Amino acid sequence: MWLWFYKLASPPYAYAVAGKLRPWLLWSAIALMIVAAYGGLVIAPPDYQQKDAFRIIYVHVPAATMSLSVYVVLAVAAGIGVIWRIKLAHAVAAACAPIGAWFTVLALATGSIWGKPMWGTWWEWDPRLTSELIQLFLYLGYMALRSSFDDTQRADRASAILAIVGVVNVPVVKYSVIWWNSLHQGPSISKLGAPSITSDMLWPLLTMMLAFMLYFAAVLCDRIRSEILKRERNASWLSSVMSTRGAEA
Amino acid sequence: MSMAEFFRMGGYAGYVWSCYGLTLVVLLGNLWFARRELDSQVLRATRRTQASASETSGSGPLGRAS
Repeated sequence: MWLWFYKLASPPYAYAVAGKLRPWLLWSAIALMIVAAYGGLVIAPPDYQQKDAFRIIYVHVPAATMSLSVYVVLAVAAGIGVIWRIKLAHAVAAACAPIGAWFTVLALATGSIWGKPMWGTWWEWDPRLTSELIQLFLYLGYMALRSSFDDTQRADRASAILAIVGVVNVPVVKYSVIWWNSLHQGPSISKLGAPSITSDMLWPLLTMMLAFMLYFAAVLCDRIRSEILKRERNASWLSSVMSTRGAEA
Repeated sequence: MSMAEFFRMGGYAGYVWSCYGLTLVVLLGNLWFARRELDSQVLRATRRTQASASETSGSGPLGRAS
């Protein structure tokens, strides 16, 4: 087990594994997205209050969930990188940032489009919306901080601190609808065992969330490979790997 | 349910379809940006390894790498 872990943490091995996993992750994500979109747009009945507008949930909630989960992955990876000085962990953290930022943009944009017909406004300085906007700034700040260093190792260490401190915003976003009186509706599926939506509405949502996770993993594979290449100087394994890249793409 | 009715989304067509369209664009864009970044890093790494190889042993067999 530990041996395998050490092996995975070695850049050449991780580079190869990421390349092999990517197509599987991507194609299963695409298949599940199609199934989930069909379930959400066709099979699920219209909501009794929101009618067909509720179908935005199938893209909005997975995007928002990923916006937070990706940040947790980023912060944990950064923490591991700082504590155990594992180069690959820093590479994972850096690889997460642009993907998470895109999910956050998507969550904010679809939320805004959903808010217009439901709340009558595109934007409100509401706890949920404001904290999610802060989440976007955390991602952007993390990436800006990284790019301000020429030296990757220093960028890794400095940005890791920001990432770890910024993780406090995750529970704030998650529980904002419970802690404060928010315009945003409460959680739809977190009540384990007794979700507040019917199964025809629920399974497409869960499927889409799984699809988004697989999609994230697929994009992460490419991003991690980029980050590994950035960190490897004159490594002899690079030249042997380079020749195979073209065949897989 | 007719096709036209489906696309109308009970009058919310503009909101629903713009969300799904936007999602598709962001997902594809994200994938494409990551791929482009990887391609450019591969190119840089290839140049680097070639440069260091030619420093030590002249033109090596690494020329095939690109």
